[in-house]
Amino acid sequence: MSDVNYKKISMDGLWNNNPATVQILGLCPLLAVTGSVVNALGLGLATLVVLVGSNVCVSLIRHYVTDAVRLPAFVMIIAAMTTVIEMLMQAYTFELYEILGIFIPLIVTNCTVLGRADAFASKNGILPSAVDGFMMGLGFLVILLILGGMRELVGQGTLFTNMQLLFGPMAAHWQLNVIDNYGGFLLAILPPGAFLGLGLIIAGKNVIDKRLKAIQKAKASDEPKVSRRVRTTGKVS
Amino acid sequence: MSLITSSSPHASVKNNTGAFMRQVIYATLPGLAVLTWQFGWGTVINVLWAVVVALVSEALFLKARGRSIGFYLKDYSAVVTAVLLGLALPPTAPWWLTLVGVSFAIIVAKQLYGGLGMNPFNPAMVGYVLLLISFPVAMTQWISPGDAPSLQQSLQLFAGQLPVDGLSGATPLDTFRTWAGDEAALASHPILHGELAGQGWEWVNLAFLLGGLYLISRKIITWHIPAGFLAGLAAPALVAWLIDPVRFADPLFHMLSGGAMLGAFFIATDPVSAATSRNGRLVYALLIGVLIWVIRSFGGYPDAVAFSVLLLNLSAPFIDYYTQPRTYGHNKPNRGTGS
Repeated sequence: MSDVNYKKISMDGLWNNNPATVQILGLCPLLAVTGSVVNALGLGLATLVVLVGSNVCVSLIRHYVTDAVRLPAFVMIIAAMTTVIEMLMQAYTFELYEILGIFIPLIVTNCTVLGRADAFASKNGILPSAVDGFMMGLGFLVILLILGGMRELVGQGTLFTNMQLLFGPMAAHWQLNVIDNYGGFLLAILPPGAFLGLGLIIAGKNVIDKRLKAIQKAKASDEPKVSRRVRTTGKVS
Repeated sequence: MSLITSSSPHASVKNNTGAFMRQVIYATLPGLAVLTWQFGWGTVINVLWAVVVALVSEALFLKARGRSIGFYLKDYSAVVTAVLLGLALPPTAPWWLTLVGVSFAIIVAKQLYGGLGMNPFNPAMVGYVLLLISFPVAMTQWISPGDAPSLQQSLQLFAGQLPVDGLSGATPLDTFRTWAGDEAALASHPILHGELAGQGWEWVNLAFLLGGLYLISRKIITWHIPAGFLAGLAAPALVAWLIDPVRFADPLFHMLSGGAMLGAFFIATDPVSAATSRNGRLVYALLIGVLIWVIRSFGGYPDAVAFSVLLLNLSAPFIDYYTQPRTYGHNKPNRGTGS
């Protein structure tokens, strides 16, 4: 287990192999529930917990499940984890549970969860699997939050509305009215706004990647040059 | 006698994209004039402001994409998009409405897809639908025909300083939609009973028809799309009207209301987003017409040119695939990209 590179796992989940912007997985919840920050945060946290839980369980049983039945077994585990989360949300954040509705049970079908179980947890130990699940979930959550923030800001001119649904009554006044007397821009709240927003986020990530690559290249070429050319004519110094 | 010897080609064509686009702009002028006569200076203000916004957003994005700004601005395609969207917007539109719609049309619907020739959807209609979905109230307020506000009032509306409520009224399509099926109510609304069709709008549509015929005579567009469009709109309207004239409007009313003529001659004929073969264009335009009639008669919106054009833009590649003409020497048309 000494060859596990936690830094690489973390960077993969958060940036290089981000489930939302690189693998483009879990689009259904990503596009459907990011109308506001609180919805995005609620579903993102639920997905994160399911990912960590299912990765740990899959990793635990990885030596005992044969290849032939592994996918049904993984789906059963994920479904069990999702049911637990659903019941917890029903108990503690009932209003948010009602708003998110069908998208909580639909976490089962989120390709990110099954993808990580099959691609990572079934081949790695418990701790790396937990870290992988956490980092992938965090990467997904961050994109959900950015998209939710964008859509809420453009659509309603506010940020952090209804945070009491998740954090209790003390969060009721967290709402920021960024733009006063804003008429509202309905398209951002509707599904097209989600597609446009996700497209812009992916484009932004690609631009940053390109810049980073260019900087690295420039750095590499800045290193002192030793002439490797073999001179065949003239005076050899 | 000296013979001039010059090598072929002897026929020189002076037309280019810019010249074609300029002709389209000239052809909208009668429509613009009648809109101004009926509804005041709002449309002129819309068009001018839309052109400014379109040129600025096009220039900004061409710069960002590293393209030649002067070369692409001279093809006038951004101006055409702006003029068409400006004509379609209500004359009561405040400045920000036009700004949002035109910049979205140019930046998202055109430049993000790769500029002129690459856009799968008609940019002007994408902008229009964006506004219609996002700002339904501001987009459905029209001025009552013949009740045109003064230039000063129009400028105040443009600045957003004058509430629209006092000036606005329902369009003929709106009125018919509301009272369809009620014979007495339909008879009591004078807006439905102009010389030919709905008041005010009949002249607007005839003016656009005139401009469209000019475009056909100059061979800027072919007759296929306008003819198919109007036939597709009129045929189901005629059948339904013969069956139940109280519930359904007559074909002439459909053809001379809302954006029918503007759509038939100027919007559906966009060479980039329309189908390309002759038969394909007929099918494409017929379906647009039918869809407009269906949405006008049964849908939630009073007019449907923008939605129908966008839906058929989406189907244009598919229509082209099935209507590819036979090449000389082949028995069957070659379909798809294979041999």
